[in-house]
Amino acid sequence: MHLTLNFEPDSTMTSMHKDTLLEIRNLYVKFGTMAAVQDFNLTLKAGETHALVGESGSGKSVTAMAILRLIEMGTQGEITSGEVLFRCPDGQVIDLLKQTEAQMRSIRGNQISMIFQEPLTSLNPVLTIGDQIAEPLILHQKMSRQQAREESLNLLQQMRISEAEKRLSEYPHQLSGGMRQRVMIAMAMACRPQILIADEPTTALDVTIQAQVLELIKELKNKYNTAVLMITHDMGVVAEVADQVSVMHLSKLVETGNVHQIFNQPQESYTQALLSSVPKLGATADFDLPKMFELAGKPIEDNLKPQKRPDYQATPVLQIQNLVKYFPVRQGRVHALEKVSLDLAPGETLAIVGESGCGKSTLGNLCCRLLESDQGSIHLNGIDISHLNQSQLRPHRKHIQMIFQDPYASLDPQRRVGDSVAEPLVIEGKLRPHEIKQRVSELFVRVGLDAEQMERYPHQFSGGQRQRICIARALTLNPKVVVADESVSALDVSVQAQVINLMIELQQDLGLSYLFISHDMAVVERVSHRVAVMYLGQIVEIGSRQAIFNSPQHSYTKKLLSAVPISDPSRRTVDRALIEGEVPSPIHNLDYTPIHLQFRQVKDNHYVAIED
Amino acid sequence: MRSRSSKNMPVEYSSPAADAMRMFYANKSALIGLVLLVSIISLSLLGPLLIAADPFDMVWAPLTAPGESEYILGTDYLGRDILIGIIYGGQATLAVAATAALISVTIGITIGALAGFYGGWVATVLISITEFFQVLPALLLAMVLITLFSPSLGVIAFAIGVVSWTPMARLTRAEFLRIKELEFVKAARSISASNTRIILRVILPNAMAPLIVMTALNIGVAILFEAGLSFLGLGDPSQMSWGMMIGSSREYILDAWWPVTFPGIMIFLTVLAVSLVGDGLNDAFNPKLRAR
Repeated sequence: MHLTLNFEPDSTMTSMHKDTLLEIRNLYVKFGTMAAVQDFNLTLKAGETHALVGESGSGKSVTAMAILRLIEMGTQGEITSGEVLFRCPDGQVIDLLKQTEAQMRSIRGNQISMIFQEPLTSLNPVLTIGDQIAEPLILHQKMSRQQAREESLNLLQQMRISEAEKRLSEYPHQLSGGMRQRVMIAMAMACRPQILIADEPTTALDVTIQAQVLELIKELKNKYNTAVLMITHDMGVVAEVADQVSVMHLSKLVETGNVHQIFNQPQESYTQALLSSVPKLGATADFDLPKMFELAGKPIEDNLKPQKRPDYQATPVLQIQNLVKYFPVRQGRVHALEKVSLDLAPGETLAIVGESGCGKSTLGNLCCRLLESDQGSIHLNGIDISHLNQSQLRPHRKHIQMIFQDPYASLDPQRRVGDSVAEPLVIEGKLRPHEIKQRVSELFVRVGLDAEQMERYPHQFSGGQRQRICIARALTLNPKVVVADESVSALDVSVQAQVINLMIELQQDLGLSYLFISHDMAVVERVSHRVAVMYLGQIVEIGSRQAIFNSPQHSYTKKLLSAVPISDPSRRTVDRALIEGEVPSPIHNLDYTPIHLQFRQVKDNHYVAIED
Repeated sequence: MRSRSSKNMPVEYSSPAADAMRMFYANKSALIGLVLLVSIISLSLLGPLLIAADPFDMVWAPLTAPGESEYILGTDYLGRDILIGIIYGGQATLAVAATAALISVTIGITIGALAGFYGGWVATVLISITEFFQVLPALLLAMVLITLFSPSLGVIAFAIGVVSWTPMARLTRAEFLRIKELEFVKAARSISASNTRIILRVILPNAMAPLIVMTALNIGVAILFEAGLSFLGLGDPSQMSWGMMIGSSREYILDAWWPVTFPGIMIFLTVLAVSLVGDGLNDAFNPKLRAR
């Protein structure tokens, strides 16, 4: 079935070990004058999963693109030296860097294929799923249309996509994120490649869907003996699937080795630092308060100090009662929130967890009155703010501030960051200019930045620094409540750990209450006092962090926790309680009567929805 | 809206506008455009003060080619000096173009910003108005307006402005729709910024880059529009303009190339200069390109 390939035998070719499928030797890639990859080496064997890990900008994706020679297309990158040796199916060893573009085309998608991070943008929106899967089959395997269609159907069924026959004639927008990624994998596997390169394949997916997709990749690897090069920033994913690990930092290979060796005895200080900043589920199981990360082996003194506890006797700073929010859509309406009630005590961090579409961000936006609720009330410091108009709201709004998810989009690019932080004070109009300047420079120092940096523009900062600026802006007016909507999920782990430490520290010093919205269970376990689990617009379980994590009661909470990848390769789970299929749609007809969950008390503050 | 001038802002060391200017001056083609534009404007403003002449005067035999007499650019079919025509015609052309562009930018940005920001029925009404102006043939509408009133420079500028704002409104609306969804706009809302403040201080500055390029194009279009109207005989007959020079000499184009070519070159240079300056401003308003 394979094409006959006429590759030039390479005279300079040195032999590879007979099990080796791909070997990268001394690879150098540069973009303009900037070195993107320096002296990179990697060996990939058949049936092996090799994880390439590193933080953003470390050069891991560039390496993957260099293997497929996608660097020279469209980007200004250039492979300056090195070898990428690949063993063809006929046993011949070729250097991919010396092949012509035509020869590369017969390899890409045929013998080496790739899946990308963003499943929505990597599928062509105007072609049906069937057409897109059939394309590589017709192109590389010379199948007829009819054969290709049958094979596509077969592939989709193997990816365990429900109603595969119907999906073939659907378009990408009609599929959920998880299904799109399955389609991408089906396309990548269509020609039974020897090597599958997966560039952050599960980063954009929910944790339960991520677990399903990782399971699928594992299964396909075992079935077809495919070598997988998994590029990821997530150490949990690495621990879950990898056999070999290579760590990249600042465009160089730091360390490479067996997954157990890397996790248990990391040799290089960078690897040690990276591993210490990874939030591990269960790391604080015996501790009932938020706990800072011990970065780079240094214990944080603040963890030893007695922490202030949230004051549950005082009036809650934020009280939400029976909050309802619908979004009208063509087919009816989205039931984003269904009678959600919760209280937030002074000095408390309440985490709202759940998967995308469960309504957690809607809840955060409603609390800050960035959206208007349909029913229910929001009491801030005992005052109902849900029915105030914009001018009545103004004096109360300073008590509740928000930190957003994307540090790249939440600062005005046209404005100096000092001006952005000063803006709330300028609008308030109470302070004089030099007082504002004083306050802003104090805030910059408070969040760990240099006061000199106030006059810079957002693009001159890294993601972590920008998030610190956003925190400074949120703190400008001395709020009581801060809504953090996925505020650390876009950050690299080491930066994430620092920002979380800062947030815990600020809570201790300023007595802040956080509504911490997140999908990342391991992060939530670090920062929160209490946790509320949301599913389809309703809270299914709420209780102290230890209660939720140590003795989850609701089946959804259990599944959510079991789907979290554990950053310990020796605890790799064989069988998990995977959520089969997908979360049902929250879109209903206008005449639909929602079923409101009833709760039972498990213990003290721990409530769980009663299941049938 | 409570607005403060940038000098009151405490954390400023140099204003963003100053940064933008520095960036602009570092851009060679923009600087060439600026020099060209300044020369054309000074020629049109100062020329008539230095050389006292009437552009409508018959000074020599009609259709004298350049170099055949003391009139270096030659004469047109009525024996009028083309050089004097170019010097005196610039004022009318530039004044009409600038006024027309100002009118169309003002209407376009206002309508586009309101439609994009508020959405809902406001957008429905404003978009319907925009569409109404879009489907009318622009030249025809301008001709009707000019015939209804008088063919004076003011009316011509108004007519051009009124028929050419629709692309500006569309672009502004598109930019507003895109930018209002970004998180920094949400952030501004969460600190109680008023709608006016969000429109003028948050969204508009971030939409500026494409709007400035569009404005430069609008000036070019207005110059060409004015030339077109004059060509059709709808210009102000008492004011010499480059368009009128081309229009009046069009019948002789096969015998005499010079009466249409020289004003044509002037229009070309002006449009080019405005576009180069617009491009430079576009880069200057991009904070990522600002050198530091």
